[in-house]
Amino acid sequence: MKTPTRWIKRALFYGVVAVFCFFSASPFMWMIITMFKQDKDLYRSANNPFIFNLPPTLSHLDLLFNNTNFLVFMRNSVFIGVLVVIITLVISIPAAYSLARLVGRWGERAGIGIFLVYLVPPTLLFIPLSRVVVSLGLHNSLWSLILVYPTITIPFSTWLLMGFFKSIPKDLEEAARVDGYSRLTSFIKVIMPLSMSGVVAVIAFTFTLTLHEFVYALAFVTSSAQRTISVGVPTELVRGDVFYWQSLMAAAAIVAIPVGLVYNIFLDRLVAGFTMGAVKG
Amino acid sequence: MDETVTAKKKWTDGFRFWSDREDLLGPLFLFPAVVYIVALVGIPFIIAMAYSVTDVTAGNTSLDFVGLQNFQAILKTDQFTQSLRNTIMFTVVSQIIILVLANILALILSTDFRGKWFARFLIMLPWATPIALGTIGWLWLLDSKFSPIDWVLRYLHLLGEPAALLGSGKNLYYLGRLELAKASIIVIYVWRMLPLSAVILMAGLTSIPQDLLDQADVDGAGFWRTLFQIKLPLILPIMSIALLFSLIFTVGDMAVVYVLTRGGPVYYTQILPTWAYLKGIESGALAEGSATALFLFPVLLAVAIMVLRFSRRTEVT
Repeated sequence: MKTPTRWIKRALFYGVVAVFCFFSASPFMWMIITMFKQDKDLYRSANNPFIFNLPPTLSHLDLLFNNTNFLVFMRNSVFIGVLVVIITLVISIPAAYSLARLVGRWGERAGIGIFLVYLVPPTLLFIPLSRVVVSLGLHNSLWSLILVYPTITIPFSTWLLMGFFKSIPKDLEEAARVDGYSRLTSFIKVIMPLSMSGVVAVIAFTFTLTLHEFVYALAFVTSSAQRTISVGVPTELVRGDVFYWQSLMAAAAIVAIPVGLVYNIFLDRLVAGFTMGAVKG
Repeated sequence: MDETVTAKKKWTDGFRFWSDREDLLGPLFLFPAVVYIVALVGIPFIIAMAYSVTDVTAGNTSLDFVGLQNFQAILKTDQFTQSLRNTIMFTVVSQIIILVLANILALILSTDFRGKWFARFLIMLPWATPIALGTIGWLWLLDSKFSPIDWVLRYLHLLGEPAALLGSGKNLYYLGRLELAKASIIVIYVWRMLPLSAVILMAGLTSIPQDLLDQADVDGAGFWRTLFQIKLPLILPIMSIALLFSLIFTVGDMAVVYVLTRGGPVYYTQILPTWAYLKGIESGALAEGSATALFLFPVLLAVAIMVLRFSRRTEVT
């Protein structure tokens, strides 16, 4: 009696898992099938779209890499991402430590204030910021994005790291100071190594946020050679009314799948980051 | 020789002195972040507010005060009211669906099962993908002629035949028909935000003390009872944080609408950000664009404060 109900329960469980997986992954499945299809196969609505009615081809990947700015977009996105991660860490690590330990009473209020800044989305600020960018002479340059993206990443990173620093027992620091470390060196030598998982979560999150950003990248940069993946692919790989679907799908899949893998590897740390940063912060 | 040693000692002493001064170190550490935020969020925000009450355009950047004229003017246009309605509708409906599904997903992903790593990879993909590229995938998935969904429906004889359930046309034209276009946008928002919300809720679930669950088990509480009387109430504060995050990301996004429908058919799926973009950047009407973009801020702020208060209060008790 017990075994059949257990089996039904398991089947039901895996059924629900499968539905979620299908919902999340079906666009990617569709991308991967499409990117290898020949035109004659793809553009016939009678053909079964899920199989290769004609042999697969790599010609669309060739088009993507050799006849479009895809590689330029990729290089720009990585360049921006790395620089913004560095700026974010340099600014938000000290700020988070300061809020968690040094500034005391009004630290908490300042922490909430910083979190509230995160609630001001780019869609609110892109018009004035586009004027700021023009007046700094950064219009049409990817440096405008390097300048502006930390406004999205610093508040979140500071808030997350603040939770991390708070969760480290104060005794540890005091012990280090008894041993002769100053406040600053005890922070560098004791607190920082213990917060590495928080830093990793911040790096992963910051990098993906910059990779994803669309509004600023669309509003500030108009020349093709300075565009990021996020804006370059959907706006420039479409020529007039012609959609090179296979190449577009290839571009999307090539970016999505590696990032997804990295994300999945760091997911546990990200969850840990959220648990410490968000729950206890 | 002696001189350099004393100089070095002096320097280390000085370093030692200020590196131990909390009253200096605290503000010093915080200073760069505050400067950055004030310069690139605070000031632009004030500029946005200033723009919204003047007659500034990209061509004529002198600020002449016009009061609330811009707000009055945009409120009179159909495009604006339609955008406002859409923004609110898309956001509210998608958040409700996300909250329900994310709870289920978080419960699933916090148990151990075979193939969990791969399932988690697939489920996280939409969040890892730049939203504009994900939307491009959907654009092709919902293509007016070659949508595989239409093919499956035709294969199942639900479409494309006389007396078929979904009509005799060959295609459903997802993005050409108003209701379907709106539904598609909501589906993409859900698709994109579900993983993040589930991850945040998972963090909440893992922070529930195990002895509490063991105790419930000993006391004979079943799955549903544990769920509704222990787990859900305990993760309520973090659920509000998850809601806040997905709310911000949804309201702050314009890629989905911009790439998928460009606001069409006509302007019926336009949202405030895309409308502000068309006005403020493409037509250079900075004042009206800013007024449009700012419109939702008071609502957003009120929701945020409510959520933060709520999560704080429940944390204390």
